[in-house]
This record gives sequence, structure tokens and C-alpha cells, in this order.
Amino acid sequence: MKRTVFAAPYAVWMAIFIFAPMLLIGYYAFTDGGDFTLANMRAGLDAMYMQVLIRSIWLAFRATLLCLLLGYPIAYLLSRMKHGTATLLSVFFVVPMWMNFLLRTYAWQVLLDSGGILNSLLISLNMPGQQLLYTEAAVLLGMVYNFLPFMILPVYTVLTKMDASHIEAARDLGANGMQTFFRVVLPLSMPGVISGVTMVFIPAITTFAISRLLGGGMFMLYGDLMENQFLLLNDWGSGSALSFILLILVIISMAVMRRAERQAGEEGAKLW
Amino acid sequence: MKKLVLAVTIALLLTMVSGCGDAQKGDAVTINVLNWGDYIDDETVDVIKLFEETTGIHVNYTTTASNEEMLVKLKSPDSIYDICFPSDYTIEKMVAGDMLHPLNKENIPNLSNIDERFMDLPFDPGNTYSVPYMWGTVGILYNTTMVTEPVTSWKIFWDEKYAGQILMYDSIRDTIGITLKMLGYSVNTRDEAHIREAEAALTAQKPLVKAYLDDPIKDTMIRGNGAMAVVYSGDAVLCIEENPDLAYVVPDEGSNVWFDNIIIPKTSRHTAYAEAFINFLCDAEIARANTEYIGYSTPNKAALALLDEERIADETYNPSQETLDRCEVFRDLGDFIEVYNKAWTRIKAA
Repeated sequence: MKRTVFAAPYAVWMAIFIFAPMLLIGYYAFTDGGDFTLANMRAGLDAMYMQVLIRSIWLAFRATLLCLLLGYPIAYLLSRMKHGTATLLSVFFVVPMWMNFLLRTYAWQVLLDSGGILNSLLISLNMPGQQLLYTEAAVLLGMVYNFLPFMILPVYTVLTKMDASHIEAARDLGANGMQTFFRVVLPLSMPGVISGVTMVFIPAITTFAISRLLGGGMFMLYGDLMENQFLLLNDWGSGSALSFILLILVIISMAVMRRAERQAGEEGAKLW
Repeated sequence: MKKLVLAVTIALLLTMVSGCGDAQKGDAVTINVLNWGDYIDDETVDVIKLFEETTGIHVNYTTTASNEEMLVKLKSPDSIYDICFPSDYTIEKMVAGDMLHPLNKENIPNLSNIDERFMDLPFDPGNTYSVPYMWGTVGILYNTTMVTEPVTSWKIFWDEKYAGQILMYDSIRDTIGITLKMLGYSVNTRDEAHIREAEAALTAQKPLVKAYLDDPIKDTMIRGNGAMAVVYSGDAVLCIEENPDLAYVVPDEGSNVWFDNIIIPKTSRHTAYAEAFINFLCDAEIARANTEYIGYSTPNKAALALLDEERIADETYNPSQETLDRCEVFRDLGDFIEVYNKAWTRIKAA
């Protein structure tokens, strides 16, 4: 009884700031001046918007993959370190997150610019300057940079909580380092990997602003499209329809990841 | 330790509360101003501060980046703004939507400083709702070290020689407008075929474009990171001051001449104070400070007379009548803007 009392403010918060906005999106997506309509949804499924959606998914997929390839080894190294060192190093990953992501993205503009630090370095090494800013690679870099901590932290948590006796047992039974990692550590860390993938993929697919700042408006993503519909074109109907489509996509991908997480958990258990 | 934290928190809260108290003590009226970024002098003459000191009216100043955003902000039922600076076609839209307060000209005696050429314009006949603040043209800013041929046509933006060096303006009407001009149509066309042609041209141009930017276009050009860009004449003045390699031209096909204007939204609750602010901005010395700081051309005849001869003779800053005759003012397109919007979304999404 007591517990539900304490949860009440949270329930109110959820109702006002999470549930109500979603209802509003649904309302605007399916109405036009108060009347029910499917026109917004039909417009939202237009081939042009789908093309942007596919570009966003593809970019989010690559960003997630890169975050995983970079983040897992970092998390693994951190988990092998002395506790104090690891804590200190993980602070380095977390501290930049205290600063607004827009500011950090602006900083990348300066670094990648034709007259920026990276290009000056290339030129001073007698190499030709490169067009780095306003490329798709710059957008990808911005996404990986911004979302990497969301991959490292869950994987790191799972790895540090892992019972060291599992690894010792594997070693005792004759597994070498590689075998121990791929047959024991990796499967046991899957829940962390999956929550990391979820935490990177969802914000990556809803990215906006990064694509405008680092892509120079050349690589419009689904988030930019939604922003445009609301702020530039003042078209709340189709903006909400696009949000609705993305919401469904996010829910589907979360369901898929949940199932994967459960399976990974079971497999981890099955190992023993 | 916990006690210390608590003590510090309480001390902080107390200073915050007392701080609020101070601000309200004078019982000063606050007017809320919504302007474009970097669009009022805050260096040579701090215009806002000077206004606050002379009138005792407090100004809450915020900025925005596009006409479309201004419209959305003023349309909001709880809009707080008393002064805003929309462009010509947006004024027309606001008038049509009954969003503007008819100015009480008795409160704006400095209105007589405005050049007759820029009064009574088609978007607001008789200046019932608006006073022109700044004006200018849209043209090509190019870097003379990268572009050596004479620049006379918008077609240069489609020249493959300059692939990856072209900067376009991230704005629906401006970018589609110059394309329409290149194709020989009006910037206010309501013919879908014309828009389709412009869309095809801009989509075909996209691989040559380095980026679609708004304000950052200035920095990029100043630092020599682009061969050419679509810019407003006022921005061109600033860029050329910073980097003398740059030059500005209004192409032969013609272009858009635009006016940013001061208006009071109907939702304003301090219209007389807002009119005092407009009057202040129309003062010759203040208008001179603003035009010198911003670099945009002033419609204020009295202020123009105070400028250097060099500035007055500068064709970028003060275009000749012959140039102006080639240019069109944007008109509100009503619902037809949807056709522009859709074309623009397709260009950007491509």
C-alpha cells in the first residue's frame, strides 16, 4: 500500500508528460479539423517519406554497429581494470554527456571544417585536405560520438557483474583466452549488448539536428522531416502521422530486442 | 556534510528569490521582442539598453531563424510578443489572418524619416500595420580567387566546374525563387508546371551542392570554404568587409527585393509601449547605428544621409534603381505555398 502511494507522483508525471503527448500525436495524426481522416497517414506513407525513413534506418543501423564494435572492446577493457581506474575512466565517458549534445556537435563542426584542426593537420603532413564536414560520414560520426556512452555503460555493467568463477571454471576446464571469451564471456554479456543496442538504435533512428549541423542539410533524416513538418510547414497533421509511424517502428524494434534479450538470458542460463 | 549541502541550497534559493524581487521592484513594463539573430546593434550603440534607459520600459529580447517560425510563434494562443520583424510576404499572411495591430501613427512621429520609395508597398498598402526596418536584395556572393569568369547569371550555380563549392540558402522561397528567376518565371508564380521545373533543376543541382545552410553561410564564405553562395545583400556587405576577396552581384535575370518590417501582433497587451519602441528604431541616429552594425540597407532616409559616402555609393549596400527594377517583392501565395513546400521537401529529401 505504502509503495503505491510513493509511486503516485510518478504515475501523474507519466500521464502528463508521456501518455498525453502520445495521445495528442494520435489525435492529430488521424484528424483534420476535428474530423476523422486517414489522409495524413496516407500522405505519411508517401514514397518520398519512405525513402527518408529507409535512409534513417540504414544510418541508425550503421551507427549502432559502429557503437557496438567500438563500445564492446572499451567496456571489456574497463571491466578488466582495477575498480578505481575503471571508475575514473568511465567518468571520462560520462562527463561529456553533461554538456548539451548540440554544443558538442557544434564543436565537431569546427574540427571537421575545411580550415579546421583535422584538415590543418593533414595539410601540415603534406596530404591533400579533405571535405569532411557536410558528408554522410560526418553525420555518422556525430551519431556514433553522441551515442557511444549508451553502448559502453550497459555492457560494462553486465561485464563487471559477471561471476569471475565462470571464467575461472572455463580456464580450469582447458579453454584458452579466445574460447573463454567467445563461449563464456560474450554469451553471458548478451543482455548488456542488447540493451546497449536498444539504447543506441532508438535515439539514432530518431536523430535530428546532427544531420543538419554535420550534414549541411544534404542528408535529411526522419527526425528532420518531422521537425520540418511542425516548425517550418506548420503541418501538424502530417507531422503527427510521421511521428506515429516512427513510434510504431520504435515499438516494434523494442519488442524484437526484448525477445532477443529474453532469449539471450535463457541461453546464458542454459550454458550451465 | 549533508547539513552543509542543505545550507548552501537554502542560501542559493534565498538569493534567487531576492533576485526576483529586485527585478520587479520598479514595476516596469516589459515588452517582448522577437527578432532575427544579430539584427539590432548591441555593440556601438546598445540600442536595447539605450531604449530601456530613456523610457524605463524593460525589453525581453529573443531571436528566431525563419519567417515560418515567427508565424508559428505568433500564432500560438499564448503568444507573448509585442514586437516582431517579419518579411514582406509574411506580413501579407498575417494581415489575412487578422494577426496584426493597426499602428497608431501619432505614437510614431519618426515615421516621416522613412524614404517614400519604401512606404505604401504592395504587401501593406498605406503602412497600416508595418514599418519597414531593413531591406535588400538576394544575389550571388562569390570568391574572386575561385571564380574568375564574370558572374552575371544564376546559371553559374549549375556549373559542374564548381561542384562541391556551391552553397545554397536553406530557405524555401529564396532558393526556389532564384531558380524560378533563372528559368525566366516570376518568384510569385502560381503555375505548378513552373514549380515542377524548378524542383527538377534543384534536384539535378544537388550533387554539386556542398551544403544547404542559413546563417552559417556567412562564416563559410568568409573563411573561403565555398566558391559561391546565395545570400542577402546585407550579409554580403558584412562578408565583403571581412574578406575582400568576396564580391556580390544581382544576376541579370533579376531577383527578389525584400523588406523586413516592424509589426505589433494583435495579441500584444502593451501596444503603446511597442509603438514607442518602433518610434525609437525609426530615429535617424538609432537607424544609422543599426544599419551600420547589421550591414543591411536602411529604408530610413534621414539615417542614410548620415552614412559615409563610400557606403552610400556601394552598389551592394545601396543598389541602383536599375537593379531594383529587375527585382520582385515576394507576395503571399496563400494555399499555393503547399506546392512550394512539397517541392522543397522532395528536394531536401532526395
